[in-house]
Amino acid sequence: MNSFEGQTLSWQLKNGVVELALHREPLNEISSLTLGELEKFVSALNSLSGEAHAVIIYSALPAGFCAGADLRELYQWIQQYGQAEVAGHTREYLERIHAVMNALDASPLTTIAAVHGVTFGGGFELALTCDLIIADKLARFCFPELRLGLIPGYGGIPRLKRDIGNAVMRDLLLTGRSFNATKAQQIGLVSQVVSEGEALQAARATAGQMAKFDRQTAAVAKRFIKQIPHEELRREIDIFCDLIARPAVQAGLKKFVESTDAQPYLP
Amino acid sequence: METAEKTLDEILTLAAAHFKVPREKLSPDEDFFKALGIDSLQTLDLLTKLENHFRVELPDYELQGVTDFRTLAAKIQARL
Repeated sequence: MNSFEGQTLSWQLKNGVVELALHREPLNEISSLTLGELEKFVSALNSLSGEAHAVIIYSALPAGFCAGADLRELYQWIQQYGQAEVAGHTREYLERIHAVMNALDASPLTTIAAVHGVTFGGGFELALTCDLIIADKLARFCFPELRLGLIPGYGGIPRLKRDIGNAVMRDLLLTGRSFNATKAQQIGLVSQVVSEGEALQAARATAGQMAKFDRQTAAVAKRFIKQIPHEELRREIDIFCDLIARPAVQAGLKKFVESTDAQPYLP
Repeated sequence: METAEKTLDEILTLAAAHFKVPREKLSPDEDFFKALGIDSLQTLDLLTKLENHFRVELPDYELQGVTDFRTLAAKIQARL
């Protein structure tokens, strides 16, 4: 399937590059519908790999790349399943999303996240699966999960540890503060910072450069330098599922859902 | 080293330019959400613009409850 037009995302293969556009209003919150379409994408990538050398993930929405998990949906599950069962359902969901993230991480294609604006929580975790992050200079990153009594659940901590693994990471995670693209580049999370509105063009130019090289060599090089921290990813799921059933998390989610702020995930 | 007054003036100029508001309509003690007509998402843009301009980091938890330009300038001044 060389192209797909879904409700939350679309993709197309053009000139050897698969471009995945996120377009779920208001800010690409990752819901179960998004997950289903990401699973389709990962499945299609297997067949696209023969014709492509790179993947670019970007947002078609002006406000940003992705605000993270759809917390309203998460809150609905807690209401629907109750405290006793929510951990089991959460584990099932996380297993699915980790499978998608791991498949993107391990794809033999070179993957580039072209980000702008809000790149928070699960959106940041999606970007971290990519080989390169190219950021618009107004991009802003954040792991806000601790504010809700949770940890990042889509593979964020093990991938952050893989990429930077130092005291700055602990600061960002434990304070939940947001930081800009310049800081992200300084600490090694972002490889290129570009002018406002230029991230996608820069990603296309970068993908064009990669087309000059032997595909098999690039895939071998990637596999050699970018290993997937499977053991820590498993532990992350366990910890998240232990935390989710606590009343403090439910109270935090309730406060979030009942907020009248149009963007309650912002600091 | 920038003076507090110069920092404040630069913030007002930068905010006016970014959000296309006449500079003379902004005053230091005004609520910038109202003066600029911005929401929390646009406030993040302003924060990033200020960080890039002054080459500082402004943790958002330090800015909670800050609504006027003068206090914002003091927060930036403390990190210059």
